[in-house]
Amino acid sequence: MSGVVDRQRALREYVLRLGDLSLVLGQRLGEWIGHGPAIEEDLGIANTSLDLIGQARFLLTYAGELEGRGRDEDAIAFLREERDYRNPTLAEQPNGDFGQTIVRQVLIDAFQFELYAGLEDSGDERLAAIAAKALKETRYHLRFSGGWLVRLGDGTLESHARVQHALDLLWPYTVELFAEDEVDRAMAEAGIAPRLAAVQAAWSARIDQLLAEATLQRPKEQSYSWFGKRGQHSEHFGHLLSEMQYMQRTYPGASW
Amino acid sequence: MSEKRDWPLFEVFIRARGGLDHKHAGSLHAADAAMAIEHARDVYTRREEGVSIWVVRSADIVASDPAEADALFEPARDKIYRHPTFYNIPAAVKTL
Repeated sequence: MSGVVDRQRALREYVLRLGDLSLVLGQRLGEWIGHGPAIEEDLGIANTSLDLIGQARFLLTYAGELEGRGRDEDAIAFLREERDYRNPTLAEQPNGDFGQTIVRQVLIDAFQFELYAGLEDSGDERLAAIAAKALKETRYHLRFSGGWLVRLGDGTLESHARVQHALDLLWPYTVELFAEDEVDRAMAEAGIAPRLAAVQAAWSARIDQLLAEATLQRPKEQSYSWFGKRGQHSEHFGHLLSEMQYMQRTYPGASW
Repeated sequence: MSEKRDWPLFEVFIRARGGLDHKHAGSLHAADAAMAIEHARDVYTRREEGVSIWVVRSADIVASDPAEADALFEPARDKIYRHPTFYNIPAAVKTL
C-alpha cells in the first residue's frame, strides 16, 4: 500500500489487524486447555482465551461490515488464506513451556492494554465501545500474566532461566507491534487510533517496571522486518491455521 | 525439578450481591493468598456468581470436633422455648 489510503479501507484494515491479534492469541491459548500446570491455571488461561475470542468476534464482524461483501465473523475467522491474516507474528509464536506462554502474554497484554486505553477515545464510536469492553478484560489478563512473570522471574534458578530465555526469544517480535505504516498513520491522523509512538512509550515503561520486579533483563533491541500486519507470517502460522480452520473446511457451515 | 510440592489449600467464600453475606463456594490450591483470589475469580465467578471474594487457608480454620457433637449440640435440643414461636406478633408489625 502506498500514497493516500482510502479512509474506509484503512479502517477495515485496522480493525482486521486488531481482530486477528485477539483471534490468533486466543487460539494459541486454547491449546493449553487440558494441559495447564494446575486445573486452576487451566481455567485462568481458558478464561483469557475466551475473552480474546469474544473480542475477535466483535472486531471481525465489524471488519466484515466495513468490507461490505457480506462476510460474517465466521467467514473471516475461518475461511481466509494465510496471507490474508493481519495479526503480528508475535501472537502466532508457539506456546513453548508455561513460562514462554506467559512472556508472550505479558508482551501482548501490555500492548493491548495501552492500545485499547487509547481507542476508548476513538473518533469511531463502534471501535470506542469495543475497546471500552476489551479494556476491562485486558486489565485482568495483564494482572494474571504480569503476576506470573514476577513469580517465575523472581522464583527459582530454573524458572528464572526459562523465562529469561523466553524473553530473549520473543523480544525481537515486539518491534513489529510499534512499526507505524500507512494504515496506522491514517487512523491516527483521523483521530480514530492513538499514535503508535505514544502506545510504545507507555508499553515500554510498564514492561520495564514488570521486568525489574521479576528481576529479568530487558533484551537489546534488534532490527526486525517480518510483518504479520502485511500478511507475512512465520512458519508456525500455517499449522495453527490448519487446526483452527479444520472444522469449517471439512464441514462447511457447521454450527452447534 | 527435584521435588514437587503441592500448593496449599484455600477455602473460598463468595458474596453474590451487595447486602448478602459471603457463602462458602468451595476450595482450591494456590501458592499464596494473592494467587488464591485470582484462582477463585477464574474458578468460581465465571458465571457472574459474585461481587466479592474472601479466601482463607484451610489450615487456618479451626473446626469443632465431630466426636464432641453430643456435648456441644444435644443440650439445645430440649429447649424449644428458645425459638421465638411463642410470641403473638402484633398485627401492626409487618416486616418481622
